[in-house]
Amino acid sequence: MNERVAIVAWAQTAYEACKPHQRVQEMVYEVVKKVREQTGLKFSEDGTGIDNAITASDDIWDARTISDTPVGDVVGAHHRSEEKVGQDGAQAVFYACAGILSGHYDVTLVVAHCKESQPASRNLITNLTFDPFFQRSLGLDYLSAAALQARAYMDRYGISPEQCARVVAKSYNNARGNPLILRARELSVDEVIRSPLIADPIRELDAYPVTDGACALILAREEKAKKITDKPVWIDGMGNAYDAYFLGDRDLWDCQSLKLAASKAYRMAGIKDARKEIDVAEVSAFYSYQELLWTEGLGFCPPGEGGKLLDSGATKISGQIPVNPSGGVLVGSPTIVAGMARVIEAAIQVRGEGGSRQVSKVRTALAHGTSGPCGQLHTVLILKG
Amino acid sequence: MEETWCYQVSGKLEIPYRYFAGEFLSRFFVELRDHKKILGVRCPTCAVVFFPPRSICGRCLSPLGEWVELGDTGTLQSFTVVRYSEPTHPLQAPFVLGLIKLDGADTGMLHLIGEAELSALRAGLRLRAVFKEKREGEILDILYFRPEPVAKEAGR
Amino acid sequence: MSRKRNVAIVGIGQTYHKSHRPDVNQVELVHEAVRAALEDARLSMKDIDCVVHGNMELFEGIHQPDMWHVDGDGGFLKSGFRLSTGGTTGGTLVSAADHLVASGLFGVVLAVGFEKQEEGHTTTGITAMADPLWGRTLMTGAISGVRAGLLVKEFGERAELAAARLRVKAADNALKNPFAHLKLKITVDDVMKSRLLAYPMRLLHMCPESNGACALILAAPEKAREISKKPVWIKDHVTVHMEETFYRGGPQRIVPSMDVAAKKLYQRNGIKNPLKEIDVFEMYDPSSWWELEWMEYFLQLKHGQNIDLVEEGATEIGGRFPINPSGGVVSTNPIGATAMIRVAEAALQVRGDAGKHQVPKEVRMAMASSFGGTLWTILHLLTREVEA
Repeated sequence: MNERVAIVAWAQTAYEACKPHQRVQEMVYEVVKKVREQTGLKFSEDGTGIDNAITASDDIWDARTISDTPVGDVVGAHHRSEEKVGQDGAQAVFYACAGILSGHYDVTLVVAHCKESQPASRNLITNLTFDPFFQRSLGLDYLSAAALQARAYMDRYGISPEQCARVVAKSYNNARGNPLILRARELSVDEVIRSPLIADPIRELDAYPVTDGACALILAREEKAKKITDKPVWIDGMGNAYDAYFLGDRDLWDCQSLKLAASKAYRMAGIKDARKEIDVAEVSAFYSYQELLWTEGLGFCPPGEGGKLLDSGATKISGQIPVNPSGGVLVGSPTIVAGMARVIEAAIQVRGEGGSRQVSKVRTALAHGTSGPCGQLHTVLILKG
Repeated sequence: MEETWCYQVSGKLEIPYRYFAGEFLSRFFVELRDHKKILGVRCPTCAVVFFPPRSICGRCLSPLGEWVELGDTGTLQSFTVVRYSEPTHPLQAPFVLGLIKLDGADTGMLHLIGEAELSALRAGLRLRAVFKEKREGEILDILYFRPEPVAKEAGR
Repeated sequence: MSRKRNVAIVGIGQTYHKSHRPDVNQVELVHEAVRAALEDARLSMKDIDCVVHGNMELFEGIHQPDMWHVDGDGGFLKSGFRLSTGGTTGGTLVSAADHLVASGLFGVVLAVGFEKQEEGHTTTGITAMADPLWGRTLMTGAISGVRAGLLVKEFGERAELAAARLRVKAADNALKNPFAHLKLKITVDDVMKSRLLAYPMRLLHMCPESNGACALILAAPEKAREISKKPVWIKDHVTVHMEETFYRGGPQRIVPSMDVAAKKLYQRNGIKNPLKEIDVFEMYDPSSWWELEWMEYFLQLKHGQNIDLVEEGATEIGGRFPINPSGGVVSTNPIGATAMIRVAEAALQVRGDAGKHQVPKEVRMAMASSFGGTLWTILHLLTREVEA
């Protein structure tokens, strides 16, 4: 790969429980307006502006067939190109990079949106991922599926509920340095442990809360990126991979598709020792145990030692391999938006704009997204300053 | 954010559906309904017996056709106690979902666990399927799996 | 834009599209097309680096169907993406595979689109397209008779006869295409007398709901020439969307996205006379009326010249500008696959492999269009040769 792609601008809405005052297209417009203001770019195909839009959203979440239809109006798609990735936003970012590296487009606007408050229940939607013959009628959804994985993982390696609770406490406390997380507050391990069980072993505070939000970023080919900003954030590594579908086909206490995705991204970015070379990681943990499991899959520690890594303090903002200085998904990051928000938070770290959540001396950051039940599909991106 | 009244539209997206299991998989449901038999399928290339059955091996993409009769007993690999309520749920909360490796299968299946003390649930628990009297040819023709010792005590 | 490297279609596969496929579940349906494409390319799943999947999920009511379908499309432990852009989905999947290969990130990419239309409720899926605040209680279906009505107003019975002739052409061509869904033996008279739906749209003008899947394998030049004796090159592609609201200010004289797309594609590729320079066109025709109308924009015709061409028989399979030798969308419409089938059929023509529905003239360049959303358009330009 000769030419590089960079993120040149980004914006996120505040992430809150409900945004009754905005429709999805208004949430998206809010962030599109910001990135256009940051860069001064217009929508244009003459080589001077944004010539493509990639959007991420989901028909069933939005209760809207062809859910990118309303968004087209606010991403400059009238008489221009827009394509929708119906998965986690990190997939949209990866795909958008390919579009630029192919030479077909020069500057791409990428957006993601989801209003989790809109459906009566998230579980009604995720239940529909499960096949109608063997699984759907059991009432499975991503929450109960995650609980099965949590149990398998915690049993196998002796991960304790307290360790999981510490992930949540770390997340909420980190989020206090993130002005976009309206739920950020002081949270003790004790409060997490005392929150009611919803699907054993997952407690209410172990699960990511219902959230509305949107985010946008602009990607540009190398030559243009350098003109648009003097602080481009390069996406130098990309990898993704699917695991098997039936939960029982997998070793739930493992995440082989994450290992594969990470190895592809590391190889592309020239990373040989992730633990040493990654300065900060934004990972999509929708449930507390996932942060521990994903750090193993990313190679930050040996298999089974995710809890040990956390307890060592290594994943604190001041630690050796800080994980989720933004607070991550556990403090509120809607599905679909989550992975792209991680990309943005990683980019913020690379640029040194993290304020009180800034990790010191960041040159290489990792952003991770996941889609499907128990992280069937993982996406890993490596960002460099 | 100041509290402002915002107009809302409520609605329901009803997606009537009718899914075809296909000719191959239909055999599984017929055997379950008519004979209380649980069939897995074997991939000769990967030397794996899959449950739930499928007509294509996802690993090597070979067509599969070798049915394997599995027992109605198995081992619990993982479980969760579902304590929230959704219209999609087959039972009132709290109920137990489990990942079960049937004897003879190399992969686990998901199903309900019944007649079990929540405190007795643990990976490694031996289970036996409990079938419905009147079966329709669906996965819930198995009502749930119950811990094996309980079944023994009941004099099965 | 400056294409980094050329990409070729090296494998083409599709199912026999039907109204009713109780014999397979979705995974198996998808697999049929995937297996066909792999066999066509003489490849195995080991050779595929990435799988791109898509459909319109609200039709079947399966959330993230790509997760379930890994058991049929070979996505297990592979890279993959899922894109969904309404009726244009199949075309987007081809463009996506093209980007992924041209980027250098992947060497061989499999794209698969499908729809098992009968399993859900198509009208529910279509109705949910409408904005819940404004149109949802009014929305009846995807296609209205407004534009057809304008053609009749201007050209009278000539227009109705032309649309009927196009439907008969589609039926005659479909009879030659083993994969086509509707294989009707009909006459112009049958079409003119068929049940009126919304004047002047009649039942026979309309596309069916089909169950089907289509898969294409795309590869980078070095690999493409290794894999296939007849790689079909993707010379270019263009995606043009439109704003959400239809008919702001009243019905427009043209469908802008099609005109914009055609102009862009031709300008970028030095095409001055599409009727002469393009050898065959697989147009996404959700109704025969739209095949008639949209000819004008795609081929940059003078107003009314489309009817002349139809009366001349120019777009028949043996004509000087064949359109839809496959039978088109009015014969076959598994929505998530439909737009990809246009590219697949155009590619078969370039390869000379369309069997009984192969156009008798030499095919050096073919074009395929996708349609969906709020009058969105994608155009793909395929060639037999490529500049080194």
